[in-house]
Amino acid sequence: MPLETTAAPTATAPPVTTRTAARQRAAQKRKFTVYGARAGVLVAFLGLWELCARTEAIDPFNFSQPSRIWAQIWQWVTHGTAQGSLGEQIGYTLYEALTGWVIGVVGGVLLGIALGRIRFLADVFGPYIKVLNAIPRIVLAPIFLIWFGLGPASKVASAVVLVFFPVFFNAFQGAREVDRNLIANARILGADNRRLTLQVVIPAATTWIFTSLHVSFGFALIGAIVGEYIGATKGLGLLVAAAQGTFNAAGVYAAMTILAVVALLTEGLLTFGEKRLFRWKPADSGDGR
Amino acid sequence: MNGLTTTAPAIELTGATKRFRTPSGSLHTAVRDLDLTVAPGEFVAVVGPTGCGKSTALTLVSGLEEPTEGEVRVHGEQVEGINGQVGFVFQQDAVFPWRTVLSNVMAGPRFRGVPVAEARERARDWLARVGLAAFEDRYPHQLSGGMRKRVALAQTFVNDPKILLMDEPFSALDVQTRALMSDQLLDLWAGTGSSVVFVTHDLDEAIALADRVVVMTAGPATVKQVFTVDLPRPRTVEAVRLEPRFVELYREIWASLGEEVRITRERGAGNAA
Repeated sequence: MPLETTAAPTATAPPVTTRTAARQRAAQKRKFTVYGARAGVLVAFLGLWELCARTEAIDPFNFSQPSRIWAQIWQWVTHGTAQGSLGEQIGYTLYEALTGWVIGVVGGVLLGIALGRIRFLADVFGPYIKVLNAIPRIVLAPIFLIWFGLGPASKVASAVVLVFFPVFFNAFQGAREVDRNLIANARILGADNRRLTLQVVIPAATTWIFTSLHVSFGFALIGAIVGEYIGATKGLGLLVAAAQGTFNAAGVYAAMTILAVVALLTEGLLTFGEKRLFRWKPADSGDGR
Repeated sequence: MNGLTTTAPAIELTGATKRFRTPSGSLHTAVRDLDLTVAPGEFVAVVGPTGCGKSTALTLVSGLEEPTEGEVRVHGEQVEGINGQVGFVFQQDAVFPWRTVLSNVMAGPRFRGVPVAEARERARDWLARVGLAAFEDRYPHQLSGGMRKRVALAQTFVNDPKILLMDEPFSALDVQTRALMSDQLLDLWAGTGSSVVFVTHDLDEAIALADRVVVMTAGPATVKQVFTVDLPRPRTVEAVRLEPRFVELYREIWASLGEEVRITRERGAGNAA
């Protein structure tokens, strides 16, 4: 047994030889090339768009152009939109998406774990959940508008139904596919059913659940936006609808751009949280890029 | 079967049979008419061809599975569900990957309602005994296979099991680590007075560790022959292997086991054809 204990990992930095240095430089250079190429693609795309619109190769009224979109965003930022300040619109949409997301995730995880652990419930509710899942849920948005009115509640509801199902199915699968050895080991060590669920099944299923959290936040945003688009008093979706109503193509694109930025930021936050939570996992080799 | 059964035997299987329904719907008999008695404090090794149902016999004793027919008794009492006196070391990794080494070893006592401070103390004690005191903050994926196995041993021993069931625990390890682990197991076991059933397909390991070696038939498993290993204790695996008596026993037992291995192999060839 001392054989392995003496081999305690003492991380010594490798000596920096000319070869390692050269390799580091090459890796650095490659990184810059990739970033440069990415920026190049964006500039080329926007430039071509702008050029085509200015030379009227495409109709700027229908297709708009980057400079107009930028002007629109700038105008919203400085002067506010017809519905109020831009921050308020973003805030409304985020509030609806987040509320819907949290409710959908909590519901999906609880029900998924419960059905995954309790065979009877799974057998009884399984077919109904399949039927509900088969409905294209976005068509429920108008019904929610009738039920809950123009306020945030109807948007939260459409976000919830979009978020619930992917989270539910992943939690269900995660609870079902826990390593049988882990379960057996926990039972032998003395875990009762409650501890088994809380301390073995749920931690083991978190990987599955987190995969669905990423996708489902996107769904929550879609739910909120579509809800607002159909009928609302505030929000980014309403901005799109209003811009479309006045044939303001630049307004539609501008709202889309803002949405994309918001979605990317929240996604980044989620990834950050995930990294904190999964310290016990071996570092993903594909992560080093 | 042995002369030690004046008090209630630690483990007693009588006519135990276990059938499973396979996914295709047919019945598969894993264990048939198994009779086996293990005395308190005895170390029994069970050898048999691969896939013969040795592991199933262990799950019956542990209470993870119920026998289809027959009886399983532990300390004279019929097994119903998991028995708190039983420890089980699995073939595959079964430590919890999201818990640190210390937390893994604390799991058993905590599941059984021991207060945190006491559980931590007992866990640290066992971690020291398996030589992992310096690694208590690591996660399992940061350890080698041998170290993870020692975590599993500590995790099992910390519960003070009276019955220790081991299902090919060291089969995934390389040869040198395996010898070290076997010695360590003998050390740990020596102080406890618990009964061990050690399933393996490695005859060397079986003879070096056990008081008795039970040879199983090709599946469905039942006892074919029992051999008493009269080698003196304390033993070290590397040394005991060189004794003439060891070689003699090896030859005797292999004569019995080899036949079953051949049968299994021929069956496998028949299935493949």
